[in-house]
Amino acid sequence: MENRGITFGYGFLSQESSFDVQFSLIEYDGSHSYFRAYLVGLLNTILVSVIGIVFATIIGVIVGIARLSNNYLIERTAAIYVEFFRNIPLLLQIFFWYFAALRALPLPEKAEPMFGVFFLTIKGFFVPAFVWNNLDIFIYSLIAAIIAIVFVRIYAKKKQENQGIQTPVLSISIGLLIILPLLSFLLGGVDASVEIPVIKQLSQTSFTYEGGLKLPPELISLALALSLYTATFIAECVRAGVQGVSKGQKEAAASIGLTPNQVLKLVVMPQALRIIIPPTTNQYLNLTKNSSLAAAIAYPDLVLVFAGTALMQTGRAIEIVSITMLTYLTLSITISIFMNWYNKKIAIKEK
Amino acid sequence: MFKLVKRLTSVVAMFAVLFTFTTETMAAKKSKTLKNTQKKGFVRCGVSQGLPGFSNADAAGNWTGVDVDVCRAVAAAVLGDASKVKFTPLSAKERFTALTSNEIDILSRNTTWTLSRDADIGLTFVGVNFYDGQGFMVRKNSGISSVNDFKAGVSACTNLGTTTELNMRDFFNSKGIKYEPVTFEKADEVVAAYDAGRCDTYTTDKSGLAAQRIKLSNPDDHMVLPETISKEPLGPVVRQGDSVWEDIVRWSLNTMIEAEEYGVTSANADMMKTSDNPAVKRLVGAEGELGAALGLDNEWSLRIIKQVGNYGESYKRNIADTGILPDRGPNELWTKGGILYVPPAR
Repeated sequence: MENRGITFGYGFLSQESSFDVQFSLIEYDGSHSYFRAYLVGLLNTILVSVIGIVFATIIGVIVGIARLSNNYLIERTAAIYVEFFRNIPLLLQIFFWYFAALRALPLPEKAEPMFGVFFLTIKGFFVPAFVWNNLDIFIYSLIAAIIAIVFVRIYAKKKQENQGIQTPVLSISIGLLIILPLLSFLLGGVDASVEIPVIKQLSQTSFTYEGGLKLPPELISLALALSLYTATFIAECVRAGVQGVSKGQKEAAASIGLTPNQVLKLVVMPQALRIIIPPTTNQYLNLTKNSSLAAAIAYPDLVLVFAGTALMQTGRAIEIVSITMLTYLTLSITISIFMNWYNKKIAIKEK
Repeated sequence: MFKLVKRLTSVVAMFAVLFTFTTETMAAKKSKTLKNTQKKGFVRCGVSQGLPGFSNADAAGNWTGVDVDVCRAVAAAVLGDASKVKFTPLSAKERFTALTSNEIDILSRNTTWTLSRDADIGLTFVGVNFYDGQGFMVRKNSGISSVNDFKAGVSACTNLGTTTELNMRDFFNSKGIKYEPVTFEKADEVVAAYDAGRCDTYTTDKSGLAAQRIKLSNPDDHMVLPETISKEPLGPVVRQGDSVWEDIVRWSLNTMIEAEEYGVTSANADMMKTSDNPAVKRLVGAEGELGAALGLDNEWSLRIIKQVGNYGESYKRNIADTGILPDRGPNELWTKGGILYVPPAR
């Protein structure tokens, strides 16, 4: 490296970045450091990955079960969806959702409001934002509710083991989740008002919205493409998992008087999950890594902000690429550690 | 006896070869890049992924443009054939790494010369082949006629990893306007997003705006605002640490500009060998030994002018005649009111 006149060092991370980013979860502008720019990119990557994983799982499970349906139409539709989306390269799908969807979306001034307060436009999805007073108390009340639910569950399990009496855990949990935060509003001085986006004129022909929250179209199309693509693979995992449970298990469960819901919940799913989880973990990892294709459509993820702009402005290719690689490695390992833990938790406990 | 003569001649021949080799390639020996280029038989040149007028490939894969001509000039000087260039299209993000990691030998890709790039990352800028500045393109019907008409909330599309991103921030900050930067890796995506209405304005170097405007669905609906918000001297770049190669690229570019200054064109270059002006004779290699200092023969500059043409010809062919920027502006010779001024070749 010395031969080529390249210096090495991580000191640049504390320098002022002097470039802006269009969408950030934390406060950031060009006067912050390169390290903060890195955090901005990292959080954006995590955001799109989490959104992608959640939607991919929901769509994947629904489609996977639909593929097992006895209804010919439902089964065929699901099969066509799976074959279509998993056989087209992801980058093309991202371009499709970005440019095709972008052109189909209305300009801000022509957008039809949804429920009067949501505006889906070419410049982004503008939604109302909450303006909170004493947000911390509200969060404490949520945490308290969750802790209470954990205790209720432990108590219910004990009661069932000792006395054989089932407790309606679900309705108690939902009740707690509603009542405690509600109390924080009534007694804790928590107050939330809604800020609705308002149209603003920028010039004779161009408009935008002000106030509220703005989701950039890049985020929406990237999340859409990632979840639709990954959902096809998850659907196949789910189908394989359910089909992997032998028919005799279901018949045996039914014969001891369990309801169809209980058969699914107590007999089929616990066994199917053991087959579903490991390949699904792979898909979660793929989705997280695939999110780096964001650079193609201007979503400011880690690759675009840090391995893109920051690399260009500093010229520190080796340092930045090494940090980026380590970051993806850490993200992937974190996901697989969590999934392995979950896999172990549901695995057969041999005695 | 016969055997001895044969052996003697072969020894003499060997010495002769060795001798010519040493005299001819004193400079070449010092320059690894020159030696490698001559061995490979082509110049490795990094260009843009398609910027009409600067570096753009047609359907048959032929590259044209003023940036392309710099590489062709070097090929003509070093290898004797302007067509012996291998072009590598690079994104703004990849360009410097491609050069420092030895993938290419010249980066001629509308690259702005700045202190930090020149000094910090193992690169050396050899000159300026286009004086540019950053501007803004807007829709004509928006009623925006000056950069002072921008309002807070404006969204600006641009390329990733360029000085444009930094200038844009400086500019909007100085005006106190909150803006939304939308940055893409490739120029084609920037154009598509701006065209779709994702952004209110498209900002990059003015030459780039003029060139990209042609790609929009209705070019006549858009215009470039008159203001220029930055200095963007664009020029070829080489790796640091090979001063002979650096000199060859620098003087290949300078030759093109000086040829225009003295009225030497691709058509009249051969006739100029008998010119009365010693400066012209030096330029076409009829006087002096300028080539040797670069490790080249004395016809190197003549070949550049004959095969590629002078700067004016290159500009006319690539930028003026294609309707991108018919007016040369600052890229006119200093003798004609521009700022093109190169050191004398002597």
